[in-house]
Amino acid sequence: MTNFATSKPPVHKMNLKEKYGLMTRDLAWETSYQPMDKVFDQLGLEGIKIHDWDKWEDPFRLTMDAYWKYQAEKERKLYAVLDAFQQNNGQMNISDARYVNTLKLFLTGITPAEYNAHRLFAMLGRQFPGAGAAIACQMQAADELRHVQTQIHSISQYNKYFNGLGDHRVMNDRLWYLSTPKSFFEDAISSGPFEQMIAISFALEYLLTNLVFMPFMSGAAYNGDMATVTFGFSSQSDEARHMTLGLECIKFVLEQDPGNLEIIQGYLDKWFWRGYKVLGLVAMMLDYMLPKKVMSWKEAWQIYFVQNGGSLFNDLSRYGLRLPKYWEQTVAEAEHLSHQVWNNFYNFTGAAAMHVWLPSDEDMEWLSAKYPDTFDKHYRPRIEHYRELEAQGKRYYNDNLPMLCQVCQVALISTKMDDPTKISHRELDHDGEKYHFCSDGCRDIFQAQPDKYVSAWLPAHQIMQGNCFEPGVDPEASGFDAMAEVMKYFHVTPGQDNMDYKGSVDERNWNEWKGFTKDSETKSS
Amino acid sequence: METITKKSEHFPLVRDRLKNFHGKQVLYVSWDHHTMICAPIALLVEPDMTFGELVQQILPGTAFAKHPDYSRIDWAKVEWLSSDHPFIPRPSTALLAQGLGHKSFVRMRTPGLNGIAGTGC
Repeated sequence: MTNFATSKPPVHKMNLKEKYGLMTRDLAWETSYQPMDKVFDQLGLEGIKIHDWDKWEDPFRLTMDAYWKYQAEKERKLYAVLDAFQQNNGQMNISDARYVNTLKLFLTGITPAEYNAHRLFAMLGRQFPGAGAAIACQMQAADELRHVQTQIHSISQYNKYFNGLGDHRVMNDRLWYLSTPKSFFEDAISSGPFEQMIAISFALEYLLTNLVFMPFMSGAAYNGDMATVTFGFSSQSDEARHMTLGLECIKFVLEQDPGNLEIIQGYLDKWFWRGYKVLGLVAMMLDYMLPKKVMSWKEAWQIYFVQNGGSLFNDLSRYGLRLPKYWEQTVAEAEHLSHQVWNNFYNFTGAAAMHVWLPSDEDMEWLSAKYPDTFDKHYRPRIEHYRELEAQGKRYYNDNLPMLCQVCQVALISTKMDDPTKISHRELDHDGEKYHFCSDGCRDIFQAQPDKYVSAWLPAHQIMQGNCFEPGVDPEASGFDAMAEVMKYFHVTPGQDNMDYKGSVDERNWNEWKGFTKDSETKSS
Repeated sequence: METITKKSEHFPLVRDRLKNFHGKQVLYVSWDHHTMICAPIALLVEPDMTFGELVQQILPGTAFAKHPDYSRIDWAKVEWLSSDHPFIPRPSTALLAQGLGHKSFVRMRTPGLNGIAGTGC
């Protein structure tokens, strides 16, 4: 062995290009014990043809050692801020305790999705024979794991003071509304490698990422949540790399073979629609959950999808790609989406892991200004009715289970394009069974791969089949309370983690800590 | 493109087959122009239950009954749809015997009753 301490330093210090060559591209080799197509056995399954993997460009030219160095630096800065946040009780500086419910949604819905993204990219990195693509995937796998960790660490401070943040992992697996983001990722992770890449790197990270991160991070900034803002910034520099990977992937694949276009367009249509359906939760968050509002869902969709997405597809049209199918419908539905999703949670707050509340007069004015064509006409009367019922002590709850879409798993809350007072519904008979969908988009996805979606784990059906009880529970026992047992299975403590914010433990604590009197208790600080 | 799929009794996994519901079946019911009930409701019912029993015994215990229009419904005038097509139910016939099998979708319309203050909510 060489004694490094006494040996001479290397004569030649590698420049960046050599380093990059040795530490990325040269790490790939042609296998000799097994044929390459056996080693990378998923590549042929989708019909995508790649003729020359060396054509893959790495826009970042990042070597592994530089990657670790950058990431370590980001972590040092992030944890310095988080330490300060915790030591100074930063959670007391938020606009209002209602705000924490957006963090509950984030931690249970998005943080586990980041973990699934980590798993997905770790597997993808193994599937591509091209070193450029493989290394980009491996770096992203490490990024996603970092995001999971930093989100848990940032939000853990809130978990000490507020309910509903104690068990994001189990909740993500079991809670009805979280089956939407969960099934999105499970659908992606069980797809072929190119579809995974289009689903996550392009449709999610490139086309829709601003609609996930911008609302949460700007919302955090507006509402005084410095911990979330800081992890948002820390992730943002990774996101830039992820977006570039998505764009590079789509260009590379389309340039490799003309036959790839049709397959890629199909993936794009599918994953745009899948992503859009998950974003309903963000729409509700923007319009109904932020005490200090940033922008409406309709405005966000206009800027980040219609304008930014539109110019992206202008660029991509030279490859023959068009905007995803049914995009016009998403623009028309932007008038309704958040109101319908919020109503879903108002109906079923008894089975959620966060609080709901009725919009204040001021909130209603804002909604009316942001949605002049729909709010006063279709949604204000419903909210006013709820107000009256609450005032009479007859708060409306829906104790039934909802009908769910077989693909996106959202309850059938969307309405017809020509009549916002009738539920939109599509139905198919397949192999002797009936299947129901919320939209043409979801029905098309089912029709393309029925064998995949017939196995969907739909929470409402699973509850009815008796599969949502903890082990050892006996449904035949006297005094058996099915919904109470389901809540135990969800790891939700009724009346503490859910129901109305008004009268909750969170509200009581907040008022006490902030020194609010009864008269000012609904006012924010 | 040739794909290899293993066809067996376990594939594809159809998770919501009738046999998994312990002798009962799923029936979905929706009420047009009443979006306070945010989505159609999913009921677990006996396949030999009659349509009349559904209306008289089951629906009064659902979220529908919490709507201010519910008590004003003239059941003789209700228009029904099954799978979005007009449907005339037979009150004393079992659900299954009139084509309302597992995961059937029934929609009702109540002429003259169009939600809170007629707004469709």
